[in-house]
Amino acid sequence: MEPRGARRVLLKIGVLAGLVVGAVFAGFPVFWMAASSFKANPEIFELPPRVVTPGFSFDAYTTIVTDPVKVRFFVNSYVVALSVTALTLVVAVLAGYAFSRFEFPFKRPLNMVIVSVQAVPPITLLIPYFGLMVTLKLYNTYWALILTYMVFTLPYAIIMMTGYFNTLPRELDEAVKVDGAGSFTALWRILVPISVPGLVSVGIYTFMIAWNEYLFALTLTRTEDMRTVPIGIQLLMGQHSYEWNEMMAMSILGCIPVLVLFLFFQRFFIGGMTAGSVKA
Amino acid sequence: MSTSVKAGPRQSPRPGPTRPIGTPRKPWRRRVEPYVYVFPTVLLMVVLMLVPIVMVIRYSLYDNVIMKKEPVLAGIANYTEILTDPDFWNAVKNTAFFTGTSVVAHLVLGMAFAMMLNTPLLGNVTKAIFRVLFILPWLFTVAIIAVLWRLLLNPNGVLNYLLQTWGLADSKVEWLADPNLALYAVTFINIWSGYPFYMMSLLAGLQGIPRDLYEAATVDGASYWQRWWNVTVPQLRPIIVSIAMLDVIFTTQQFALIWMTTGGGPINVTEMLSTFTYKLAFNRYQFSLASASAVIIFVFSMVLAFFYVRYQKARD
Repeated sequence: MEPRGARRVLLKIGVLAGLVVGAVFAGFPVFWMAASSFKANPEIFELPPRVVTPGFSFDAYTTIVTDPVKVRFFVNSYVVALSVTALTLVVAVLAGYAFSRFEFPFKRPLNMVIVSVQAVPPITLLIPYFGLMVTLKLYNTYWALILTYMVFTLPYAIIMMTGYFNTLPRELDEAVKVDGAGSFTALWRILVPISVPGLVSVGIYTFMIAWNEYLFALTLTRTEDMRTVPIGIQLLMGQHSYEWNEMMAMSILGCIPVLVLFLFFQRFFIGGMTAGSVKA
Repeated sequence: MSTSVKAGPRQSPRPGPTRPIGTPRKPWRRRVEPYVYVFPTVLLMVVLMLVPIVMVIRYSLYDNVIMKKEPVLAGIANYTEILTDPDFWNAVKNTAFFTGTSVVAHLVLGMAFAMMLNTPLLGNVTKAIFRVLFILPWLFTVAIIAVLWRLLLNPNGVLNYLLQTWGLADSKVEWLADPNLALYAVTFINIWSGYPFYMMSLLAGLQGIPRDLYEAATVDGASYWQRWWNVTVPQLRPIIVSIAMLDVIFTTQQFALIWMTTGGGPINVTEMLSTFTYKLAFNRYQFSLASASAVIIFVFSMVLAFFYVRYQKARD
């Protein structure tokens, strides 16, 4: 079935050309963003555009990392995203364990609710959340973001953890229980340690959702010291003028955590991304 | 991004009314245990999902909510007002165009890239490098994608420069500010940012198609495109339907991209259901009307979710 000779060479060139066009489509905007972050602001829209300009410097980065207001955006994003990830993993492991290892009334309806909750539009919840957070005195705090993000990270995490536990033989935890240990010991001592790859997948996915969230961060926080990176980038637009180079530098700094996670955990990353739609 | 939770491997025989006489009832502790494990989830879902949904439905039936202390029952008046508002229908139309075009383009691009990355003609290292490049747009948050494309699509930006140099445009195009172009521009940005999800899912699917299916088709004298149409597409159909349904659900809810590129403007040519609702609530403080609009979006999403869950069940 494999083509041979000249035809094969032609095909190869064709596919390579297609790949290069695709790479330009996908990569050029990112490349331009990186290049612009090293320019002086007046050089951003200089004609003809150049990749490296005479004003090439790390000034935009220095401005951001030495400005306490902007550093605070990053601190906030890390605090929120890491808290959401930790809490989501704990709650999802417990729920996944119940779904995987126990039969109980309301299991199916609960399962259905968890699956469909993922489709509830954030904008529908936003208005009551606003009222609720003001009432609970959580408006403009980390908790407002952590709790509301969990509503969107948890269903996926539970589904993934249930699936992961289902692949582990029941004999493992039954063996511990025969020795008189409770089900929690079986979960904590046996299942959790061997579920690390699943936890990493779910954790990365959760972190990304929390790191990237915009709508709730925009609405449920108010003061600059509570804003996260996505809002911070937007605040750079039209404060005084557009500091394009700083916006690009902040974007680069803002995507570093996700980029690092991706490069180190590519396999888990893609596993988490495609698991929903692809089934063996 | 979901599958349904499947029951665990072989369950032990279910205790229940049919339990043989003499078998001890499950100990009390064992029966309570699963509820302890799901308790945090249920608590969170009740407080931050069930309660808010009831609240938003209640808001939508009243006037003067949130901003004033004495809400007045309004019945379905808020719904009639929303459903007769031409701005609402404009948002519906824009959302439909934005979503429809995005989903089709995501599928076409995702399929094309996945097939190129799955070619036996190239080495694995080459393909791995291109795969990382192709996945790049997916690694950026919407806030970054928005500023990035505002930079590229700026009238004085690099894209206009290239188009002018190649003779494809004769003046500086205001991509995001021209009422005739803005909707196409935001749709294009959304296409750019969303195809990697399709690409990776389809690539995983392509790698899972048994080779002998292709060999059998080749023996039958099928050409490359015939094999693609008769083997690849049917094999990928479940994945395609799943991701397309998820994409429809999530794209109709897109807010941040629009908000940070055009804010729904110029005039209202890029107004989506999400930005329309947001503005009603947080710019005009019409929380009752906004809630009615939010409930309409909610019902629509739940209908889509119902079909999605049913489809997933059918696959199991």
